[in-house]
Amino acid sequence: MALRTLLTRKTLAISPMGMLGLRGLQTFSLPDLSYDYGALEPAVSGDIMQLHHQKHHQTYITNYNKALEQLDDAVAKCDASAVVKLHSAIKFNGGGHVNHSIFWKNLAPVREGGGEPPKSSLGWAIDNHFGSLEVLIQKMNAEGAALQGSGWVWLGVDKELKRLVVETTANQDPLVTKGPNLVPLLGIDVWEHAYYLQYKNVRPDYLKNIWKVMNWKYANEVYEKECP
Amino acid sequence: MSWSSCGSSSVYSLSSSILVANDPSSKLSKRRFTPNISQPGWKQRRDSSHNNGGVSKVFGYYGLKSPPYKLDALEPYMSQRTLEVHWGVHHRGYVEALNKQLEKNDIFYGCTMDELIKVLYNNGNPFPEFNDAAQVWNHDFFWESMQPGGGDMPTLGLLQQIEKDFGSFANFKEKFTEAALTLFGSGWVWLVLKREAKSLAIVKTSNSINPLVWNDIPITSLDMWEHAYYLDYRNDKAKYVNTFMNHLVSWNAAAVRIVRAQAFVNLGEPKIPVA
Repeated sequence: MALRTLLTRKTLAISPMGMLGLRGLQTFSLPDLSYDYGALEPAVSGDIMQLHHQKHHQTYITNYNKALEQLDDAVAKCDASAVVKLHSAIKFNGGGHVNHSIFWKNLAPVREGGGEPPKSSLGWAIDNHFGSLEVLIQKMNAEGAALQGSGWVWLGVDKELKRLVVETTANQDPLVTKGPNLVPLLGIDVWEHAYYLQYKNVRPDYLKNIWKVMNWKYANEVYEKECP
Repeated sequence: MSWSSCGSSSVYSLSSSILVANDPSSKLSKRRFTPNISQPGWKQRRDSSHNNGGVSKVFGYYGLKSPPYKLDALEPYMSQRTLEVHWGVHHRGYVEALNKQLEKNDIFYGCTMDELIKVLYNNGNPFPEFNDAAQVWNHDFFWESMQPGGGDMPTLGLLQQIEKDFGSFANFKEKFTEAALTLFGSGWVWLVLKREAKSLAIVKTSNSINPLVWNDIPITSLDMWEHAYYLDYRNDKAKYVNTFMNHLVSWNAAAVRIVRAQAFVNLGEPKIPVA
């Protein structure tokens, strides 16, 4: 039992801010998963989860911190062109950190409610807007499969218009790049690293199976906060 | 009657290639009907008004070209498993997807692959078929850019040109590696010969774009889509890129390409012998 608590720290690092850096600059650190790497099998293999979390996400965070430090330097030296040059690295690595932090919360083992369809307000909103949960899932799977290269497929809510949207973003662009009022509820990583070891190039199978470990409770919480 | 949007010169090449709708992946049909080059194709619609009776639909298509080595020839640097999946599933998938899309839209028929890519790119506003066509070409090019016992250094004219444009081969290698590691998302890294500038350059492209669309001449390439290295190297991109540079890249192929490129790009002063 003690071993298990070691492996699955129940307290999520809600705030990604870690220890203060050398110059008072806050650095980001890898948030913990609230479940074991193997807990999402057979939908997503433990191998993939471990690599994805410990290697890919960590790399984004490391590079994000590095870019932020360089940005800090450039701002201090009033070097405008250096600041602008860093923007793509910040967008990519920062986006990677933001997106993956959301992604871990979007997933839950089956015994903790993963895959259970949404009820209450989000459930009604989905039925209203898309007709049914099946239609939404089909739409997201179609968009995810059609995405060329790397990116994400999102279920989001427009907090001004109080409307659900399905969007895709390229590379590590966060959902907000598609609309400043969009708040992500669920995101599915369709970069090849998210499924390749298990599904090879059959992205549609991955998309079909990931709904079995989807954490609708979290999505519902976010939705109710934006649309009370 | 629909007209091909490609140059009329390609019409002459059609008469020699009669291709019947066979299963492209069957070995037998490959041997008998598909020579080992990408053929331009055409489609003949069954036109009932001409009362052709039992004329079957003839489909032209692009074929899946095999790499110039066996699938296990690049071990241990690129595993047979990777080649089986990367070539046999991904590359084949692109070919089949392209053929399926072209079935619906015959204004793109009658092109060579190079022409097709430029036409489909449509100057930056690509048609939906562009991705598949470009990826077919990119992967053909990529397999030929590698060889068993590759790596090492180029020689003679190619080495001279690299030294001229990058300072030294070591510098080129460093720049190429850096480009590969700083590419965001899926894409390719290319060594190209730029037509206007008449010099070599390193170019990064996203997803399926390749330098043909800018009318440059690719000399060698490296696939940085995750599917190219994930099975062998997981997320260790640096190891993959270094292995490619040290053990896989075919400078022979690159040399052939730059020699051919010199038919189109004048790379230096002609050596006029002094009397």
